[in-house]
Amino acid sequence: MEAAQGSPVSALSQQRRLRVISGHLQAGAAPGISLNECKAPAAPSSAAPSIPKKRQEALKWNGWGYNDSKFTFNKKGQAEFTGKRYKLSGMVLPALREWMEKTFGASLDQKTTSRASLNVSDAPPALVNEGFLQDVKAIGISYSQDAEDRIFRAHGHCLHEIFTLREGMFKRIPDIVVWPTCHEDVVKIVDLSCKHDVCLIPFGGGTSVSNALECPEDERRVIVSLDTSQMSRILWIDEKNLTAHIEAGITGQDLERQLGESGYCTGHEPDSMEFSTLGGWVATRASGMKKNIYGNIEDLVVHIKMVTPKGIIKKSCQGPRMSTGPDIHHFIMGSEGTLGVVTEVTIKIRPVPEYQKYGSVVFPNFERGVACLREVARQRCAPASIRLMDNAQFQFGHALKPQVASIFTSFLDGLKKFYITKFKGFDPNQLCVATLLFEGDREKVLQHEKQVYDIAAKFGGLAAGEDNGQRGYMLTFVIAYLRDLGMDYYVIGESFETSVPWDRVLDLCRNVKERIVRECKERGVQFPPLSTCRVTQTYDAGACVYFYFAFNYRGLSDPVHVYEEIEFAAREEILANGGSLSHHHGVGKLRKQWLKDSISDVGLGMLRSVKNFVDPNNTFGNRNLL
Amino acid sequence: MAASMGSVYSQKEFRSKKREVFEDILEERRQSSDLRYAMKCYTPVIYRNLTPCTPSGLKTSVLQSLELQYVIRQISSESGESCESIQEQAAEILDEMGHNLRMGAIRLFAMSLSKIFKRLFQKVCVNEEGIQRLTQAIQEHPVVLLPSHRSYIDFLMMSYVLYSYDLALPVIAAGMDFMGMKIVGELLRMSGAFYMRRSFRGNQLYWAVFAEYVKTLIRNGYAPVEFFVEGQRSRTCKTLSPKFGLLNIAMEPFFKGEVFDTYIVPISINYERVLEESLYAYELLGVPKPKESTSGLIKARRILNENFGSIHIYFGQPISLRSLASGIINRTQYNLKPRHLPQRPPEDVQSFVRDVAYQVELNQIANMVLSPGVLVATILLQNLPGMDFNVLVEKTLWLKDLIEAFGGFLEWPDNLSASRVVRSSIDLHSNIFTLVDGHVTLLEHKHTGLLTEEIVFEQAVSLLMCAFYRNQMINVCVRPALVVLACEMVQSSIKEEIFRSFSFLRSVFSKEFIFFPGSEDKDFDEGCFMLTKCDIIHTTPSEIMITDKGTIAAFFLSKMFQPFLEGYKLAYTYLVGEVTNAFTEKQYISGVRSFISRLIVSGTSKCYEALSSDMQKNILSSFVQLGVLKRMKSVSEATFCLEKKMVKETAEKLGLQMFTEKLPSARL
Repeated sequence: MEAAQGSPVSALSQQRRLRVISGHLQAGAAPGISLNECKAPAAPSSAAPSIPKKRQEALKWNGWGYNDSKFTFNKKGQAEFTGKRYKLSGMVLPALREWMEKTFGASLDQKTTSRASLNVSDAPPALVNEGFLQDVKAIGISYSQDAEDRIFRAHGHCLHEIFTLREGMFKRIPDIVVWPTCHEDVVKIVDLSCKHDVCLIPFGGGTSVSNALECPEDERRVIVSLDTSQMSRILWIDEKNLTAHIEAGITGQDLERQLGESGYCTGHEPDSMEFSTLGGWVATRASGMKKNIYGNIEDLVVHIKMVTPKGIIKKSCQGPRMSTGPDIHHFIMGSEGTLGVVTEVTIKIRPVPEYQKYGSVVFPNFERGVACLREVARQRCAPASIRLMDNAQFQFGHALKPQVASIFTSFLDGLKKFYITKFKGFDPNQLCVATLLFEGDREKVLQHEKQVYDIAAKFGGLAAGEDNGQRGYMLTFVIAYLRDLGMDYYVIGESFETSVPWDRVLDLCRNVKERIVRECKERGVQFPPLSTCRVTQTYDAGACVYFYFAFNYRGLSDPVHVYEEIEFAAREEILANGGSLSHHHGVGKLRKQWLKDSISDVGLGMLRSVKNFVDPNNTFGNRNLL
Repeated sequence: MAASMGSVYSQKEFRSKKREVFEDILEERRQSSDLRYAMKCYTPVIYRNLTPCTPSGLKTSVLQSLELQYVIRQISSESGESCESIQEQAAEILDEMGHNLRMGAIRLFAMSLSKIFKRLFQKVCVNEEGIQRLTQAIQEHPVVLLPSHRSYIDFLMMSYVLYSYDLALPVIAAGMDFMGMKIVGELLRMSGAFYMRRSFRGNQLYWAVFAEYVKTLIRNGYAPVEFFVEGQRSRTCKTLSPKFGLLNIAMEPFFKGEVFDTYIVPISINYERVLEESLYAYELLGVPKPKESTSGLIKARRILNENFGSIHIYFGQPISLRSLASGIINRTQYNLKPRHLPQRPPEDVQSFVRDVAYQVELNQIANMVLSPGVLVATILLQNLPGMDFNVLVEKTLWLKDLIEAFGGFLEWPDNLSASRVVRSSIDLHSNIFTLVDGHVTLLEHKHTGLLTEEIVFEQAVSLLMCAFYRNQMINVCVRPALVVLACEMVQSSIKEEIFRSFSFLRSVFSKEFIFFPGSEDKDFDEGCFMLTKCDIIHTTPSEIMITDKGTIAAFFLSKMFQPFLEGYKLAYTYLVGEVTNAFTEKQYISGVRSFISRLIVSGTSKCYEALSSDMQKNILSSFVQLGVLKRMKSVSEATFCLEKKMVKETAEKLGLQMFTEKLPSARL
């Protein structure tokens, strides 16, 4: 996401690297971690990962993102975003409080009491497989049995996981964490795991929202968390073919930054790209914001190397397309850690675009907006990103407007509002906004922009400026930070997504939102929930729809359970309305129960037989998917 | 509200909520100006997601819908006709059909209906709570109103009531025959009615236009859609077996996810005296009804001088289609085909629609308000040609208790003495009852001399009119009564045998009365429960016995259903004895009618009700279902023939002594 903002990354890289390095020093000092270098080519200078090996040094133990970045209410009761990492950092957001109070019935006086620090003492004791431990030591791979390390790798970012961190403790967490530093290390670890019958769970960026990282409670074997974070080098760049060969543990931000140093990018920007890793993207069939130009992960990947209990799976060449039976990459992409560890990926790269421009269009209502997006998709002229937010999300975005610097800007804002609502007659409670991101040659961008705005005008859309557009994209990366703020004030929520044919988009959006409202009411939620969506990707034959759902849980005895029931109902509604089980979040354990209906018995059987062949002893035992 | 155990059927739901307060909407009309009422500020509550559109906008969106366009293209490619000309035809159909809601027409209507209703009826009573529930429902989701259908007054009354309560006027699917009426037809259209041809089987375009029109109305939440599950006015006042076509269409937008939910509102409209009562009787006896015409209506204004008692309208609990379908209908089955392609409803949907239709009718029945006249008619039918007034009063009180125990919804004026109540009922129905010297008789039935066909016909008319009122409560009694009949027929007290006989009777009468499909056990248990509650039978786990105390009630119930049993037996006798070749429905009805009429003239039978074409049509389809008759489709009309191998078995079950080969026609 940061790269999309275009500015803060490089400005802060120096500072961050320092922190990263200091983190390394400490990690090195920890007992049980030995230094071990692979004999791979030396990495470029800026290769140190942004996220330290000891994640706790930079990341929150009980929420999203960096320790230093969070929403708080200052003494005046105004919301503020701390830290220096983001564009919003250090800014005051005067409208946020009122929005929270109005939307959720939340109040600053009603604060939850979460525990103050990670509950290390309650962590389940580590099971030990002596043979495995000895062998790991013998081959000199870095490992840790420290409770904090283990807890940090026991979860993703589902609501109940964060809730558990804040209020309790997981029943089962990894028993040991290992840090391979290269493909060969992984091969050794997988061999040892098979030999000693332990359960191996690959860990990348830990941003899963599908329960994929949750350790099966009844797993009796030692659970080994294989953290790929130390495999983060770009091994080579092939400028002739525009590909790069990269280790799978690299995070999105490091990948884009390092490629950027050579003037390239992958253009793959999922909202979690600061933390999520290349290997994770491959394993979950990720999708990026700018897929209209660069494609989703399945379009980007040229070659994958994965270590399985049966050996290494890879292709013999890097031909751009092959007719060699079903594409084995498609067994790997979306396998969610059930078959092996993705270690190295060859991925397409592009020259960094010359010019980037945000934009936005206001529509009188959601229906017109969807019709416009459909037309854009029909004409296949979608910009790098085009997203349509519904009215509630538009208002949500507005709540994140920073304090205006001058009276003049505030006057301008007022004028704009007057023009749209009074002069153009848009109903402020109906209008919705599409945010746009154009990328490419300056000239082409301007041309493209005109084309899109012309289409929008046919659907009653009014251009609404770059600012609104940019703020729209900001929403997607601060939303996870905002959830943490909400949790301090009895508001819990999450996002979920689906993909759906064009003709059903409107019906699905309406019905799912309505279902959420209704389910909340039926389950005794005292305040109307936030139930909002945006059409976040367009395709030839349909769109990806992204929902935010949050509610004030004051007065509920088991809010997480209520939340899960409602989310379940919402997913049922999605499926009943022709939506898919997931567009890019994956199945994990959260949506397993629907997979059979989604892909048929035979389909599931095919997947199962692959699993049985590749991993007959269920070494990769995270029990996702199947 | 939720459907329990995968079934739509839940008895409890429509038996509760009794005794709601009714309000007489005419009372206010009698005290203030009708003109001012008609000109009142009318701002109905509307569906919250309504996208406003005009009737013509509605027509355009129907014509341009993918659904209709698809069908037009298909017809064009099959017939070779150009798309444009088919499109034009579609537009014509839509014009013929489409409603044209005009405020002016509504106001004119409101005023004239006020005047007419005040003259015709003493009261028009509406349950206020139901109106409140409906008001709420209309705002939340699209609403389908499903009133019972006893009279043309039904839909005038519905619109009138909704107007009175400031609710959105319904768009009504009404029969085409009404459209033939000059001015009035047009006026009705302006007040919201749209028309469907009675029969458009085989007309693909008509069907497509019609279905799309209804679905568009529901998708937009334009206005409540109103139609009759029974399909037509019940000429016998018994609830007719439901029709599923329209209901199917109305539910489709929900199944396909085009609306979040749809409310189904069963409405029971009950007339103390129905305007068309004699027309119906003639029609049932084969004298065709006069075609609706405006001049006919003006001629009929003499009825304005008559008293038609009160009307009770009960707005039932709106039923959420979503709750009903939850766990039963898997909506993902619509995912793999474009939604605009016409497709036959999948099997589970068909049976769901059927179940909902039956539940709606059972709902209507349970909330139907019964007037004392119904009791009087029932008693008198068992005491032909007449009886002592005081005995009648006594019997009526007795029956009142019984019917209430069975869950009947009686409107009994508490402030009057029983004899006054009975007396005023007799006065109200003075066209069929007379009270002379403390003796009540059914008109035309005092005849003593020789019977002729003409006299039989006259008698049948008044008897059918009398039976019409009995029929209002026949569905309330049918379960306990069939248990009693079954007890009598098996002449044993073994529960299992009685149940078997009950099930047989239930299937024989499945077209005659309303039973929820496949709920034999439940119906039997319910019948037994009611009888036990009233001390009519005594049950042990394996036995059922009629108590000494209960003989009178048991006899009464059995006698109440005798005409049906006998009618079916007579028809059977006729079929087995007199018919040799395949026959059409028409041939059958006239044949069996003259057969029975001969039997009555000769004094062998008194089963006037079997002369009714309604019963004979039911018999045909029931016998087809039982396998006694085989229905064969031919080019013009369906024909029937007897299935020889089923004859003996069914006869025994029906309680007919079977007979070797040919049956003497007069033996029963």
